Amino acid sequence: MVEFAGWSLPLAYGSQIDEHHAVRRAAGAFDVSHMTIVDIAGSGAEAYLRRLLANDVAKLRAGDEETCRALYSCMLREDGGILDDLIAYRMGDDAYRLIVNAATRDKDLAWLHEQVQDLEVELFERTNLAMIAVQGPKARNAVAHAVQRGGELLALGPFRARRLDEYFVARTGYTGEDGFEIIIAEDWAPSLWEALETRGVVPCGLGARDTLRLEAGLNLYGADMDESVTPLECGLEWTVARQEDRAFIGCDALEARLAAGVAVRQTGLVLEGKGVLRGGYPVRTGAGDGVITSGTFSPTMGRSIALARVPAGASGECEVRIRGRTHRAQMVDPPFVRHGEIKIGLKALGP
Amino acid sequence: MSEIPHDLRYTKDHEWVREQDDGDLAIGITDHAQTSLGDLVFVELPEVGASVDARDACAVVESVKAASDVYCPLSGTVVEINEALGDSPELVNSDPYGEGWLFRLRPDAPQELEELLSGEHYERLLAELET
Repeated sequence: MVEFAGWSLPLAYGSQIDEHHAVRRAAGAFDVSHMTIVDIAGSGAEAYLRRLLANDVAKLRAGDEETCRALYSCMLREDGGILDDLIAYRMGDDAYRLIVNAATRDKDLAWLHEQVQDLEVELFERTNLAMIAVQGPKARNAVAHAVQRGGELLALGPFRARRLDEYFVARTGYTGEDGFEIIIAEDWAPSLWEALETRGVVPCGLGARDTLRLEAGLNLYGADMDESVTPLECGLEWTVARQEDRAFIGCDALEARLAAGVAVRQTGLVLEGKGVLRGGYPVRTGAGDGVITSGTFSPTMGRSIALARVPAGASGECEVRIRGRTHRAQMVDPPFVRHGEIKIGLKALGP
Repeated sequence: MSEIPHDLRYTKDHEWVREQDDGDLAIGITDHAQTSLGDLVFVELPEVGASVDARDACAVVESVKAASDVYCPLSGTVVEINEALGDSPELVNSDPYGEGWLFRLRPDAPQELEELLSGEHYERLLAELET
C-alpha cells in the first residue's frame, strides 16, 4: 500500500506485471475512487466551461436521450501553464461532470470556485461516489454480465457515457485498452468489485495503472506536465480547441507561443539495451539536451520506455545517462502499445 | 511472513550471505527485499575481478517501480556474477536464496562474516519493521 493524495492505495494486489498483462490480454479492475468528481449545474454551465477549459465542451452538445459525450481537456492558467488535466461529461442541458486528479484536488476546487464569477453556476464535489475502471479486451463483456441490464451498455460508443440505474458508465479509460469507467455510490462499490472478480476481472493496483498508461503514451499530471508547461510542450496540442469566437483562459498565452515558435516537444523513448529509464534522467539529442518526464519498464515490449521533453527539432537516436553511464535510445511517436498491439517497430532497435 | 533461512548471514539492508565450502561467499537479496521491490526487470551486477568495499553500493536491482542499490556486505573481490539474471531478473523474485543469487565474493577478511546478522537477529529486525 502507498499513500497518495491522502488516500491509501495498493501498488499491486499481487504481481504488478501479471496485473499489467491481465489488462492487455483479458480484463482488470482499478479502484480509482481517489479521483475527484465535481458536478457543475446552472444555466451558465456551458459558458463557464467554455472559458475554463482549453478544449471546447460545445463539442459535447450532440447527443441523444440516453447517452452523453466525454471530452479530455487541460485546464490552464492565464500564462498557459497546465493546472490539471480532466475529463468532462455533459450530463444534460446545463449539467456537466468533471473528473480531476486527486493530487491537485485542493487547488482545482479553489480555481473552479474562483472562476465562477458572476455566472449562474453551482459546483458540487461528489465525495460519496466511488469509481471503478474496468479495462481490457474482455472488460466490456465482463461488466455487461456483472451488472443488471448490463447488456445495454454494449451499444455505448467510445468516449460516450450513460446512466444505467445506479451506475454512471463511460467508455473511457487510461490504459490504451477498451473498457468502462463506472461511477457508483460508495456503498455499492464493494458488491460491484466482487461481481467483477467473479467474472474473472483481475484486481489491479497503481503500479500496473502507471505501466499501462505509459505504454499507451498517456501523460501523468505532475510528471509529464504541470504548471510550468503548456499543452504545446507536452504533446497535448490536439486537445486545444483554437477558435476565433471563444476566449478560454490561457488562449492568448498559447497563441503568443505559437507565433514565437514552440521550442520543445514531447517524444517517446525506447531504450536500446538493458536498463530502466526513469523520470529526471538527462537526454542528449542532436538538437540539444532534454529530460525524461516519466519512464518505466514496458511489460508488453520487454524493454524500457519513457516520455521525454526534447528540443523541437530532435528526432532519431539519442543518449540517456543512467547512473553515470551513457545508453542509446530511440525517439519514437507514442503510443507504444494500443489494444494489445506493439505500435513501435522493435526490429529496427536490435535485440 | 518472509522466508528467512537460518543457515545464512544477513545485513540490515536486506542482503544475505552464504558461505560456501571453498570459503567464497554467495550474496543476494532477501525474500523481504524482493517482496518489497516487486517484479524485478533489471539487475546491474559488478564486474568480475572488481574489488569492493563493505557497504559500497555494488549492484542495482530495478523493479518496475524503482531502482535500489545493493550494498556489499563485506570487502573482497568479485569472483563470479549470476549471468542468468541478464535475461531472467525475475529469478530474484521466484527464488531469492537460490537461483536468484547476485554474485560471489572472495572476502578480504573472512572473520568479518561473524559481524553480520544471524537469521534470528534478522527475523527480529523484520518483525520490528513490520509493526
